[in-house]
Amino acid sequence: MRATIGIALLLVSAPLLADSNLPPSYWANRQLPNPQAEAKAQTLMSELRCLVCQGQSIADSDAELAGDMRDLVRRRIAAGEKPSSIRKWLIERYGTWISYKPTGEPAAWPLWLAPVALLIVGAWLLRSRIRLKGRN
Amino acid sequence: MSRGLRLIPIVLFAVLVIGLAWRLIRPPSPAVPSQMVERPVPQFELPPALPTKRGLKSADLATGSPKLVNIFASWCVPCAGEAPVLKELKARGVTIEAIDVRDTRDAITAFLAQYGDPYDAIGSDARSNVQIDLGSSGVPETFVVDGHGIIRRQYIGPLSPSNIPDVLHQLAQVK
Repeated sequence: MRATIGIALLLVSAPLLADSNLPPSYWANRQLPNPQAEAKAQTLMSELRCLVCQGQSIADSDAELAGDMRDLVRRRIAAGEKPSSIRKWLIERYGTWISYKPTGEPAAWPLWLAPVALLIVGAWLLRSRIRLKGRN
Repeated sequence: MSRGLRLIPIVLFAVLVIGLAWRLIRPPSPAVPSQMVERPVPQFELPPALPTKRGLKSADLATGSPKLVNIFASWCVPCAGEAPVLKELKARGVTIEAIDVRDTRDAITAFLAQYGDPYDAIGSDARSNVQIDLGSSGVPETFVVDGHGIIRRQYIGPLSPSNIPDVLHQLAQVK
């Protein structure tokens, strides 16, 4: 019983270390007035990984740092910067880790080549099967 | 099909199990290291967080002597935890500059009154812009910057007393 109450209290309590003393940045949760610019920002934000809630994009995350990164992305898009240049700027700081969009770096080559290799193996297996049947 | 070929799925399965077990036993670190290490501090200029102390700009970090740049905030509990370590480093003659993330003047004044103030300058980073520019992913973090304004080392998370010899060694080395 005591444990249940304890867990219930944990569920309703505010998480420690969560929030700063300031409200969200201006463009963190506000759409850009220009729909095309906002669409560009949305696409980019959904491809950038949140540093706090790793596994979420900054578009999905409620973390304050993610809000500040959305603010940064929207400001730069509104100033006319290209999404690819903003992504490059962030990769310079955090590495390719920050981008969900796959890159062509050598570490990723096995992933790109795996489907081709599997297709070849599959074709080879199929060929030997067809031959066996033909013999019967 | 030959016997050797039949073993392939079993071998693949074993490799998979070993891979999963290895990552379960030794999970990868969630820390995201900054790519700015060994590169110059980006251009920035932050207003003072307090009326009594100067703010921080990149030019302040290329004055010929190595420094620590501590990224902290009054709302960050581990920052209070590392305060005694910073105090000790200050006592040993280390220059510590600060970037205060998303904070208010009242909160930071109370924080420094309670935990001590080892900082020469405190820049207020209200939208985490400079934090992001430095490739920092949270508070607290501490950067070692050499006399030419090149970032030489990043400590992610609170500094502990066991870090003190290493920090002093790094600072002596980059001179």
